[in-house]
Amino acid sequence: MSQPFRLEQGGRVDRSRPLHFRFDGRPYIGFAGDTLASALLANGVRVTGRSFKYHRARGLFGAGFEEPNTLVQLETGARTEANLKATQIELYDGLVARSVNAWPSAKFDLMAVFRHFKPLMPSGFYYKTFIAPNWHWYEWLIRAAAGLGVSPRQPDPDRYDKQFRTAEVLIIGAGPAGLRAAIEQADAGHQVLLVDDQPEPGGCLLHQAQEIDGLPAQRWLDAQLSRLSAMDNVTLLPRCTAFGYYDHNEIQAVQLLPEGPVRQRLLHIRAGQVILATGAIERPLVFPNNDRPGILLAGAARRYLRQYGVLPGRRLVIATNNDSAYAVAHELRDAGAEVLAILDMRATSPAQAAAVAAGFEVRAGVAPTGTWGRPVLSRVRWHGVTEAGQARPQDTGEIACDGLLVSGGWNPTVHLLSQSGGGLRFDERLQAFVPNRSVQAECSVGAANGDFNEELAVAPLQAIDVSTLGETPNYSWVDLASDVTEGDIRLAAQENFSAVEHLKRYTTTGMMTDQGKTSNVNAIGVLAGLAGKPPGAVGTTKFRPPFNPVSFGALVGRQVGAFYRPLRRLPSDALQRQAGAVMEDYGGWARAACFLRDGEREEHAVVREVTTVRNGVGILDYSPLGKILVHGPDAGEFLNRIYVNNLRTLQVGKCRYGLMLNEHGIIIDDGIATRWDENTFQVGTTSGQAEHVTELLEEWLQCEWLDLDVIVEPVTTQWSTIMVAGPRSRAVLQRLGLDIDLSPAAFGHMEARQGHLGEVPVRIARVSFTGELGFEISVPWSFGASLWQRLLALGRPEGIIPFGIESLMVMRTEKGFLHVGSDTDGATMPQDVGFGPIMDRKSEDFVGRRSTITPEGRRSNRKQLVGLEALDTTVTLPVGGHVLSESSGPASKLSQGWVTSVANSPTLGRSVALALIEKGPQRHGETVRVYDNGRSVPARICAPGFYDPQGERLHVE
Amino acid sequence: MMKIDCPFCGPRDEHEFKCGGQSHIQRPGPHTQVSDEDWAAYLHMRDNPRGWHFERWLHAGGCRQWMNLVRHTVTHDIAAVYAMNEPKPSITGEGQ
Repeated sequence: MSQPFRLEQGGRVDRSRPLHFRFDGRPYIGFAGDTLASALLANGVRVTGRSFKYHRARGLFGAGFEEPNTLVQLETGARTEANLKATQIELYDGLVARSVNAWPSAKFDLMAVFRHFKPLMPSGFYYKTFIAPNWHWYEWLIRAAAGLGVSPRQPDPDRYDKQFRTAEVLIIGAGPAGLRAAIEQADAGHQVLLVDDQPEPGGCLLHQAQEIDGLPAQRWLDAQLSRLSAMDNVTLLPRCTAFGYYDHNEIQAVQLLPEGPVRQRLLHIRAGQVILATGAIERPLVFPNNDRPGILLAGAARRYLRQYGVLPGRRLVIATNNDSAYAVAHELRDAGAEVLAILDMRATSPAQAAAVAAGFEVRAGVAPTGTWGRPVLSRVRWHGVTEAGQARPQDTGEIACDGLLVSGGWNPTVHLLSQSGGGLRFDERLQAFVPNRSVQAECSVGAANGDFNEELAVAPLQAIDVSTLGETPNYSWVDLASDVTEGDIRLAAQENFSAVEHLKRYTTTGMMTDQGKTSNVNAIGVLAGLAGKPPGAVGTTKFRPPFNPVSFGALVGRQVGAFYRPLRRLPSDALQRQAGAVMEDYGGWARAACFLRDGEREEHAVVREVTTVRNGVGILDYSPLGKILVHGPDAGEFLNRIYVNNLRTLQVGKCRYGLMLNEHGIIIDDGIATRWDENTFQVGTTSGQAEHVTELLEEWLQCEWLDLDVIVEPVTTQWSTIMVAGPRSRAVLQRLGLDIDLSPAAFGHMEARQGHLGEVPVRIARVSFTGELGFEISVPWSFGASLWQRLLALGRPEGIIPFGIESLMVMRTEKGFLHVGSDTDGATMPQDVGFGPIMDRKSEDFVGRRSTITPEGRRSNRKQLVGLEALDTTVTLPVGGHVLSESSGPASKLSQGWVTSVANSPTLGRSVALALIEKGPQRHGETVRVYDNGRSVPARICAPGFYDPQGERLHVE
Repeated sequence: MMKIDCPFCGPRDEHEFKCGGQSHIQRPGPHTQVSDEDWAAYLHMRDNPRGWHFERWLHAGGCRQWMNLVRHTVTHDIAAVYAMNEPKPSITGEGQ
C-alpha cells in the first residue's frame, strides 16, 4: 500500500521519480517535487506532531512557512537540525525525520499525559506557579519537559557562506505581483534582483487556477518566465527567503543550495528600491477543538491538491467566513473528493448562490462549534450563528467527515514592511492589517498590499462564541504553535494584560518558531472584542526578524574552527615548533609558552629556561611587540601629551619607559619609546594592544589636536624582533657581525642603535624585561627566521636556549616589573604603581592627568602595587587570592586587595607575587593572610622587586 | 545596518565603521585650570536626544579617517557627513 491520498494525476510532482524516506521510524515513499509535508499527507500520516505545552495530537495545518504544527528533527548525528517545518523541507531520497516534542512518536506520545494538565496551566502559569523559592529551582525540570528538538552534539560538517550584494531594485516574492513588477522594472532599465523562497517561481500560480490577463495561470507564468530569462538585467534567486529588513534598505536573506558545495548562503542585500510581493497568509477560524488532525487551512488544502496531487481527505467539510474557500470546494470535488457541506458564517454572498447552483450543500449563517475524533477528525458539529458570531443553541447539526478545511480570511504578509519601520492600518473590507505608511524606499504590491484578484467579502474578525451553549472557550485554539486558546487570552485580559505587547508575553501567543503567522491577527481580534475596540485600535505587536528561522550555520558562515579567530604566526613559528615549543594563543599570536625537552613537564621546562637565562643566555621571538613610528616636527610634543612620562626631553638614541592612560586616568598600556632622530620616535606597546594604541593615537591627532604636524605609522609586522637575554647575550651578539659597537662603554642600558647585518638593516635596543643584560634586535620581518637560526647557532658555546612567555613572566615577576592588564585593572592609576613622583616632575598636561588628581585619585586607601612573599617556602601563593589583615574582628574578613601575579621563583626558591593592596606601599614588612577557596596562606608585604633590586645584573660586562 | 557616505571612499556599509560617540566636545585643560565639575562633565555628560545627534565615526575598515556625521536616533537617517574641522551644520526638519 502506498500513498493512499495521492491522485493518479495532477500536481507538479514527478511520479516517475519515487523517493524513499522515513518519518518517526517508519518507511514511506513520496515523489520528486514533494515536500516532506505533502509526502506525509499522501501517505495518510494524519498525526504529524504534538503540541508544545499539552502534547495534543496535531496534523498538518498549513502548506508553507505558516505551518504551526509539524515541526521535525531532520536527519541524525552531526547533520541533525531541530524544529524545521515539514512544509519547508523538499523531499529527497533517504530523508530521515522525527516529530519533535513527542516520545516515542507523534502518533503514540507518552508525554500526552500533559493534556490532562490543561486546566491547571492558565495564562501566566509560570509566573504564578514557580515562585518559591525561585524560578531557578524549577528551571532544569521545565526546560527538560518543554524543549522541542535537540541540537547536534558534533560540529556541523557542512559549509556555509556569506555574500554582500547590491540591487537597484530588489523584489521579494516571485508570485504574480512580483513577476509583474520584475518585468516592469527590468523594462525600465533597472538592475533587478528577484528572490523567492520556493524551488520554482510562480507563487500562488503554482496552485491556483485563476486566469490572469485573460490567460490560464500556467500559460501566463510560462510567458513571464521566458521574458525574464531573456533579460540580462534580472537575476532570480530561488529557495531564497528574505528574513530581515534593516536600516537603509539592507535586506538579509538565506538561500538554500541543495546542489552544494555550500549548503546555505546568507545574503546581505543593499537595495535602492524594495518591492514587497510577499503575498498573504490565510487565517484560521477560532472555535472549540479546532486543532484536531484533519483540520487544515482551505488554501493549504488547495496547495496540496494542485501542487502535489494530494487529497487532504475524502469526505470533506469546508468552513469559511469569506469567498476564497469556494474555489477550493470546486477543485476538490473535481478531483474526486466528496464535499459534504460548506458552512458559511455569512448570511449571504454571491459565491454561496453560485455554489448552490453548482450542487453544493451550502449552510449560510452557520459555523463549526466543535469537533470529535480519536484523535483524527471524524465528526464536526455546527450551529447557526448571529452576525456577532454567537452560536444559536437550537440551530445545530453534525456531519461525519475525515477533513475540515477552514478559512477565516487572508492577512497580507506585512512582516518585512513592519520590520522596515513602515506602518499598518486595519482594513475593514479585508478585516486585516494592510500597509499604510512607508519609511524606507519600499512599496508593497499584490496580496501583500491587500490587492486580491477576487472580492473576499470577509465576515468580521471574531472568534465563534459558544458561551450561549454553556461551553467555555478553553479549547478554542488561537495559536496552535504555542498552545494558546481564546480562554487564555480572555484570562490575560481580565488580569489586565490587555495591551497587545503584554498579551503576547503573558500568554506566549505568537512566540513560537512560526512567530504567530496564523495566530496573531486572531489574537488581536479576540482582544479587540473583549475591549470593545476595533482591531485597528488594538494594533499589532512589532514584527521582528527573522521572518523564518535561520540556521546558526548560515549566520556564522565560514568563521568556524580555525577560521573563527585565525592565529597570527611568528617568523620563527616552524623553527620554534621543531624546537619543542608549546604554542599557545597570546593576544591572537601563536607564541611559545615554553620549550619541552625529552620527557620534560612544563613546570620543569620553565625552571630550566629561567635558570639558563639568568646564568647564560636565551632568545625569545618578541616580534608581536607593538611598534609604532611617530614622525613629524610635533612628534615630541604629541607623545608628551599622550604619555605619563616626559618624552619631549628624550635624547636621540635613547629609550624611555612610558605609561599610557585613558582620560579616566586608568593605565591602559605601557612600552618603551625610542627617539631615532629629532622628528622620529618609535613607541612600543604590549603585543595585544598594538592595533588599539595606533587607533588611539590617530583619534587624538584627527579629532582633538588637528594643529599638530605628526604622522603615525604602525610597523609591528614590518620588523621581526628577537629578545636576547642573559649575562652572555652581548657575547653572542658580538659574534653576529653587526656594524654596531656593543661594548658597555659605547652602548648603554636604555639606548638604541641602527645599523646593518651585511645588507640587512638592523635596529637594536639595549633594554630588559628579564632583569638580566638584554637586547632586542629587529630585522625586516622576512629575515626573522634566519636571524633566529643564526643566533641559536652562534650561541652554542654559551649554551644558548630558546625560552617561552611563561619563563619570561616568571622573570619579570621576580623583578617586580609591571604587566599591564595583570597587575593593573580598570581602577589602577599611575600613582598606584609607583609613578607618583614621575608625574610630579612633569608640569604639562597629558591624557588622563586631570583624573589622577580628582578626589578619587587622591583617595588615601587606594589599592596599590606591592610584592608579596610566602612565609612558607613550600606553598604557592594563589593568583586572585584575597589579601586579609592578620588582626581579628570583623574587619579581618574584608578584602584589602588581591594577588595579581605569582611566580614560583627558581631563583629565590619560593613563591613570590605581586598584589594590589590598600595603602600597600606604607605596609612593607606587614604579615597578611592570602585567602583562596577556604584556605589562608601567610605572606609578607614587601617592595615589588625580589631579584637584584639594585639592577646590577643589567650592567654585567 | 546603515549605509554611511564616507567623504573619502563613498557609500559604505556600517560594518566598516566604528562609532566614537558624541562629537564637538571640547577637551578642557590644562589640568591645573579645570574644576572637578568641568572635568566630570567632559568625561561623562553626553546628549541623549530623540532626534538629530552629532557624532564622530571612524572608517576603520577603509581609509581609517575620522568624520563627523549627523544621525537621527529614531530613524537612523543621516543628514550630513563632514570633516572633523568643520563647524556643526544646522539641521532642520524631522528625520523621515
